[in-house]
Amino acid sequence: MRATVVVRPKDGILDPQGQAVESSLRHLGFAVDSARVGRVVELDLDTEDAGDARAQLERMCEQLLANPLIESYEIALQADA
Amino acid sequence: MSEPRPLIAVVVFPGSNDDRDAQQALERLGADAVRVWHDEPALPAGTAAVVLPGGFSYGDYLRCGAIARFSPVMRAVTEFAEDGGLVLGICNGFQILTEAGLLPGALRPNASLAFVCRDVALRVERADTPFTSRCHADQELTIAVKHGEGCWFADADLLAELEADGRLLLRYAEAENPNGAVGDVAGVLNAAGNVFGLMPHPEHAVDPLLGSTDGALILGSLVDAARLSIAVAV
Repeated sequence: MRATVVVRPKDGILDPQGQAVESSLRHLGFAVDSARVGRVVELDLDTEDAGDARAQLERMCEQLLANPLIESYEIALQADA
Repeated sequence: MSEPRPLIAVVVFPGSNDDRDAQQALERLGADAVRVWHDEPALPAGTAAVVLPGGFSYGDYLRCGAIARFSPVMRAVTEFAEDGGLVLGICNGFQILTEAGLLPGALRPNASLAFVCRDVALRVERADTPFTSRCHADQELTIAVKHGEGCWFADADLLAELEADGRLLLRYAEAENPNGAVGDVAGVLNAAGNVFGLMPHPEHAVDPLLGSTDGALILGSLVDAARLSIAVAV
């Protein structure tokens, strides 16, 4: 089973990378109100059970992939093609 | 009779680069400082204090300090800290201690997004700790910082709690905050008072040739406390 985890700075946390991207996009003439920069982690998991996969991914996020104090995360699962 | 030299372990992670400076500074201040590779399962027998030095452990992959906390030696460091052992984290060492949950808060990229390398003025909040006993409360110190991710963050509740408990031990002086840290926090103490982390580099401020000797006040305090801990143990 394949998974995509998106980790991003929580609302209210200063995101200087996002601010720099936002300001650069404005320089290019795009009407951008805000930009946040996060991180994408793609994983291949050795299970086809969505519930099991999600439980494992939650633990991975809490223990390593995200710092829960400053980052939120979203998990998306795709069955193997 | 010469004073006993406490054994201080300086942990070396892949990517640490201030371990030798820390070792030399501690030796000058009266400790026996030994460098301990991160792969060791245990600290040397008789270790009286542990220093996690600055650098870029594991290339700062994922988040600064996020990978280093899984090094084998960190299990021993955590047990040492939980038993009341003295642990000091400098810069990357501070980042590792927050990621390991031994210190509160988190360190984020500098607000400027720029790497900052300069002397900063700091204020010591309290002198009644193992890390500041050679200072006096409200003393101003000048010590260099050099980091890209030193913006310490805690939410408003945590910040208020730490402030009330006197655990925001070191702060950037007014208009000196180099990274956007909340509350101008440069260094934080744990609840038990035996683990301290700071972004400035005291090991680079121990000789007039380096522009400041104020770092020796912090490292010297640690050596004093480490010496006292072995005296008590014997």
